[in-house]
Amino acid sequence: MIKFDHIVVRYGEITLKKRNRKGFITQLKKNVKNALMDYPNVRIEAQHERMYIHLNGAGHEEVIERLKKVYGISSLSPALKVEKEIPAIQESALFYINHLSRDIATFKIDAKRADKTFPYSTYDLNGLVGGYCLQHKEGLKVDVHNPDLKLRVEVRKDAAYITGEKIAAAGGLPIGSSGSAMLMLSGGIDSPVAGFLTMKRGVEIECVHFYSPPFTSERSKQKVIDLAEKLSEVNGRMVLHVVPFTEIQKLIQKQIPDNYTMTTTRRLMLRVTDAIREQRKALAIVTGESLGQVASQTMESMYTINEVTNTPILRPLLAMDKTEIIEIAERIGTHDISIRPFEDCCTVFTPANPKTKPRREKVNHYESFTDFDPYIQEAVEKTETIIFSSKDKKKAEAVEELF
Amino acid sequence: MIYLDNSATTQPYPAVLDSFMKVSTGFWGNPSSLHGFGGKAEQLLAKAREQAASLLKVNPVEIIFTSGGSESNNLAIKGAALQYQGRGKHIITSSIEHPSVLNPTEQLKELGFEITLLPVDELGRVNVKQLKEAIREDTILVSIMHINNETGSIQPIEEIGKLLKQYPKTLFHVDGVQGFSKVDLSLADAHVDLYSLSGHKIHGLKGTGLLYKRDGVKLSPLIAGGNQESGFRSGTESVAGAVSLAKAMRLVTEESKSSLGKMKELHGYAMRRLATIDGLVINTPYEGAAPHIINFSIPGLKSEAFVHTLEDEEIYVSTTSACSSKKKSISHTLLQMGKGEKIAGSSIRISLHFGLEKTDIDKAVAAVEKAIQMLSEVNKR
Repeated sequence: MIKFDHIVVRYGEITLKKRNRKGFITQLKKNVKNALMDYPNVRIEAQHERMYIHLNGAGHEEVIERLKKVYGISSLSPALKVEKEIPAIQESALFYINHLSRDIATFKIDAKRADKTFPYSTYDLNGLVGGYCLQHKEGLKVDVHNPDLKLRVEVRKDAAYITGEKIAAAGGLPIGSSGSAMLMLSGGIDSPVAGFLTMKRGVEIECVHFYSPPFTSERSKQKVIDLAEKLSEVNGRMVLHVVPFTEIQKLIQKQIPDNYTMTTTRRLMLRVTDAIREQRKALAIVTGESLGQVASQTMESMYTINEVTNTPILRPLLAMDKTEIIEIAERIGTHDISIRPFEDCCTVFTPANPKTKPRREKVNHYESFTDFDPYIQEAVEKTETIIFSSKDKKKAEAVEELF
Repeated sequence: MIYLDNSATTQPYPAVLDSFMKVSTGFWGNPSSLHGFGGKAEQLLAKAREQAASLLKVNPVEIIFTSGGSESNNLAIKGAALQYQGRGKHIITSSIEHPSVLNPTEQLKELGFEITLLPVDELGRVNVKQLKEAIREDTILVSIMHINNETGSIQPIEEIGKLLKQYPKTLFHVDGVQGFSKVDLSLADAHVDLYSLSGHKIHGLKGTGLLYKRDGVKLSPLIAGGNQESGFRSGTESVAGAVSLAKAMRLVTEESKSSLGKMKELHGYAMRRLATIDGLVINTPYEGAAPHIINFSIPGLKSEAFVHTLEDEEIYVSTTSACSSKKKSISHTLLQMGKGEKIAGSSIRISLHFGLEKTDIDKAVAAVEKAIQMLSEVNKR
């Protein structure tokens, strides 16, 4: 039976790096290994120009699906390894064409003969293999100038290799190559998208979620856990910090005038996140804010809320429209989780008329009557940390005997 | 006991029963309840959906849990017909479908729908060219079964799917009840829009099943109510049923991986042995048939008496499909295959499960021989 032998992985932007390329590739190899944890037989061979994933029996489609999500890869090509015999090469070429991820109308053969002892020239190969495919595949045509598929037949010393389909992958930089940051994850549509986009640029993410029982339900927490788990698929790993926020929210409701509670809440969330960030030695905070979307996301609000820290706040969605954000959320699979109808901490305590243009001196004045520090400290101390990793998932399955 | 009626129903896996009991005992909350106890049930339901989806290589939102194959077929056909009747009122199906496909189309006829029944060839297969000719501007649905429940013939689902891909206004429903775990089918490659599956045919429980509905396809629900199952199938979800179904799907997939080869061998072996028996005609095609169904006839014999004779030796087979075998009807599928009334009226179906051994087949074949001998003596007198 003909089986896919390996997958050729092409690096994305890493190839633009010069002296530090090795570090990027090492990181990418680690991430690929994590993503393919479920396939113990797969072997990863990282070279300067490309990476080769040797399948050793693992299904190529499943492996490709996983690799497509790993940042730092620009494209993938599955490859067959066959005996250096014309009938075997012909048959495999046809098999390759029949197992493409999309339909094609035209193709050409691009033969290469690295092994010069092979009795057929590249010209012979083009004719023999191309002719065979034409005969056996209805509706297929040759186009030497602009084919849908350039089927590469490469005869090397050890065997012949057939490849050519180029499957686009996620692009970006390998996660972990650009430091780490804390993502404020609310459960809405935006923040997971912000997390994905930041990870795309190679940043390792940990999530922070504010949980206010009994005002928000176990299900809203579950929603965030599911989102974090979804984010973990990118890298095979994710950390979620669930901050108990009820006490602080009660205090805010008591101490701060109605129209400023939202502003103070955001400022305190930021301070808690910043404290956790320091513990986790991360260098930035990521939010799903998009300019002007809600009261807390006006320029004035950002100016006033941002006052509490000088840690860089990354807002990858800042200039995006809601429709664009939703599009990405649908693509990365977080949209369906985000739209589950459970209230989160942001919606429950929102006043009827929050200030859209809060002022620094006012909020500082209101907050000056309360010492929030011990509350912040307590919230950080009582934070529950959940770690998702493909390794742990295997262990957790004991609970899943039901399935 | 040698149970050879697995196309009628299968023995539930003990682990499936166990899951059903455990969920019903510990997680009997209503998934729609706001409290955490209901939330646990909801989580189990979500997990069952995920697992079922992943085994079918589709998305969880595309799974609708139902009460079984018949409901799934009804929901697919009537749901699609009512939803898309504005586009047209023409439906194509084959003449050898299960009654849970044919009868809904009969109901639709009364509502003004036009139904084209495709004939089958002598091997029990629909012809894709004929299907193409039957497609009209107002054809909104084509429903073709994957595996025929009486003869085991495999329908060219992938080819049909590729054809229908050129008709974006025509939905494609596949009754996959007999096919799952026996014959590979990629829903994506075959461009299937709707796919029915039943739990009790794959060692799950009666009253469990699902309908795959490709994301974007709409259905008019048959059961309206509290909008469970995304509104397509109201009624408090049977969480235990859904979990047991997901488990049965997983277990049967695993068993198929390890034992399908053996089943194919046994199937071929049984076909060859049966074919040598005098007066016995094999109806299941030698090529392009599922590995678990063998249909044969003994012209001149009353098949009902035959079933009871084997029963005395604790060997369980069936006359035609179980659903119609209580009525003394002759095999509809065989008639459609042009086998003639004599053969169609005396047909026997044996259907295998993964746990059978060669000795079981030997015993069964011997019993068949003996029964034929005995019954023909009676007949002569």
